[in-house]
Amino acid sequence: MYFFAIWPFTPNFASPQNVRNIFSNMLPLLIVAIGETFVLITAGVDLSVTSIMAMASVFGAWTMTSDGGLLAGSFLAAPVGILVMLLTGAVIGLLNGAAVTLFRMPPFIVTLTTMMFFRGFAIWFTQSEKISNLPRAFVALGEGGIGFVPYALIITLALAMVSHITLRRAIVGRWIYAVGHNVKAAAISGVPVNSTVAFAYVVSGLCAAVASILYTARLETGDPDPRQTILLDIIGAAVIGGTSLFGGKGKVLWTALGVLFIMVIDNSLNMIGLSHFKIMIVKGGIILFAALIDALRNRLLGSR
Amino acid sequence: MGNNVLEYQNVEKSFFGVRVLRNVNLALQEGHVLGVVGENGAGKSTLVNILGGVVPADSGTIILGGSHYAPRNPSDAFRHGIAFIHQELNLFANLSIAENMFIASFPKRRFAAIPLIDRKAIRSKTKALLESVDLHLSPDTLVEDLSPGERQLVEIAKALAADARVIIFDEPTTSLTARETERLFAIIERLRSQRISMIYISHILGDVLGLCDDIVVLRDGEVVGRGTRGEFTLEKMISLMVGRDIEQLYPPRSTKPSEEKVLEVNGVSHPGIVRNITFALRRREVLGISGLMGSGRTELARILFGLDPFQSGEILLNGLSLGGCSPRERVRKGMAFLTENRREEGLLMGASVVDDIALASLPSFARTLLRLIDELRMRRAVDRVTDSLRLQYGHRQTAKTLSGGSQQKVVVARWLMEKPSVFILDEPTRGIDIGAKYEVYRIINDLAAQGTAVLFVSSEIEELIGMCDRILVMSNGSIQGCFERPDFDKEKILRAALRKDAIQ
Repeated sequence: MYFFAIWPFTPNFASPQNVRNIFSNMLPLLIVAIGETFVLITAGVDLSVTSIMAMASVFGAWTMTSDGGLLAGSFLAAPVGILVMLLTGAVIGLLNGAAVTLFRMPPFIVTLTTMMFFRGFAIWFTQSEKISNLPRAFVALGEGGIGFVPYALIITLALAMVSHITLRRAIVGRWIYAVGHNVKAAAISGVPVNSTVAFAYVVSGLCAAVASILYTARLETGDPDPRQTILLDIIGAAVIGGTSLFGGKGKVLWTALGVLFIMVIDNSLNMIGLSHFKIMIVKGGIILFAALIDALRNRLLGSR
Repeated sequence: MGNNVLEYQNVEKSFFGVRVLRNVNLALQEGHVLGVVGENGAGKSTLVNILGGVVPADSGTIILGGSHYAPRNPSDAFRHGIAFIHQELNLFANLSIAENMFIASFPKRRFAAIPLIDRKAIRSKTKALLESVDLHLSPDTLVEDLSPGERQLVEIAKALAADARVIIFDEPTTSLTARETERLFAIIERLRSQRISMIYISHILGDVLGLCDDIVVLRDGEVVGRGTRGEFTLEKMISLMVGRDIEQLYPPRSTKPSEEKVLEVNGVSHPGIVRNITFALRRREVLGISGLMGSGRTELARILFGLDPFQSGEILLNGLSLGGCSPRERVRKGMAFLTENRREEGLLMGASVVDDIALASLPSFARTLLRLIDELRMRRAVDRVTDSLRLQYGHRQTAKTLSGGSQQKVVVARWLMEKPSVFILDEPTRGIDIGAKYEVYRIINDLAAQGTAVLFVSSEIEELIGMCDRILVMSNGSIQGCFERPDFDKEKILRAALRKDAIQ
């Protein structure tokens, strides 16, 4: 709807070039947002996703680069590099999950500190320098595709499908919703609360790693400091999509729509010619509105 | 009755469609102590919570000091001179006595137009107030260093500091030692002589009879007895409290318990919670556990289900020790637990009723390889159970929108998806209406007939009498008596439950 409303003002908006642009910007964001949705449904929050992306990017590039990387030149470089990136995401996710469940620390604090720690670590590790000269096979992930369909799109769609099925049809998905609705009731009903919550953080870490793979491949460099601001877009997108910050509500599809919406706004306002700061103001307002609706909905239903 | 400080006129209150106060009329005279007694859930706490501004009344009027009174919130009530001494005390443990006293309005002293707290003034005022409740402590003492009894006195002093007209005591003696209790009573006497009015809620009927000028007996939210102290005896209060012996029906029991022991509890103790609990639960048996609030009945149920730890003793399920099994492992072994607090610990509330019911039995609907849930099979199984419970709900309805009775059926249904061998029910009929209660009783009977061993924890003695094969009575963390079905006697059971104070 917004798409058609904005069309007349920005003739270039619907050009194939721009639509393509929106989508390619959107895919990594969507992947991270899907992982974030898992955590949000458990009534937690994962602020460390951007730092996980940085860590995965740096570690992966460090493994693969032909400038003195661990596996420089080897045909194993790309697959092992990808594996290292995924592992990095999973391990940090597990760390978050363990801190939240075993030590009963608030998710906000846990992931805020891991965000700071790993962001700093990634920059220190590379001395704030980008790592380039990545293997061709890896970079292809960012540019290539099967026919007209880019790999990034295929990966994103596959991931979205698997996440959707996990949430809606698998036992662990039901458990994630149950924990988000009512932890105590879930525990009494025999739900393994701790491993369920930890699972959500691992998924979030893995998704961030996958997004990092796409980013890193597209930029052809291991970047210790990717755009930290997308963290807000990610959480904002989930909330706009209808995922509740109070837990228990959220769908992959909703999140996808939320991400699309954020990207379209971002892009169109950009084309109208608004400055970066004005765009931030508008986005902030929209996310606030969405969060407000969430809070009101909870209160209206709660008061009955 | 010329000088009523406080009057309730036709006050009504419902929670989520359940009426907890109906047409309540009462009066409190200046300088009198009004005792309020009744079983758990009779509406005592709601009665005073309305006065304290915690919840608003649905209808009716309250007259305080001659004018209409409807507090918007607790601090509004406090400004009107209502002081509430809670069951759980409301002091800031990390602050000193003096700071707690004046937390609402610190006396201020201006220093170069900056308002500062006048520490000297609050210390001297606090000192005087503490003397008036016989507490000889420095105003700078931190509240966390005080005993529960001393904290309570600080609360009373705080009420005096605010010139309270009415002081409400809600079960004030539960955490006090015998000596502290004596001291509290002496202070209540002194306050009475200062023409301060008080409302005193307690389970300990002897105290109420000794302390109060007027007594009100509540049952199911209604005032069933009202009068001066002289009009009451202990027996009269008990019979008014329990009342309605024949009008409520229980479905007939057709099966007898077998001799086979399913759950054995041997000498289970945990300091300060339960003491040396020993009993055995047999197949097809409905075993009741009776006791007042704080007697350890709920705590015991939670320990049996592995939700809380215990220090010594053992729990055997079908002859095998449960040791440190988590609730999850117990569920797998055929145990089920219905919590007394279905809103906070039972329902998912926001999820659909089907998801809510299927929660505990999800693994059995998973198709092997990918562990995906067979939605259709799950829905059919849920329908089968809800049909047998006569629970009706919409396709996408959430538990939040159901009535109390239907909500309880949802939680029960969750455990009936896989027939449990031991079912612990903690207050299964709390907050649901008579019709739904009957349904719950019927379900319990059916379960027992099908071979489940039922542990029925309740504060309502007559429902235990109506339902159980045996009743264990708990007080002060230990079992005070065991009654077999032929010897059920409401008054004997209530006496056993009140035994703690009989000993003292």
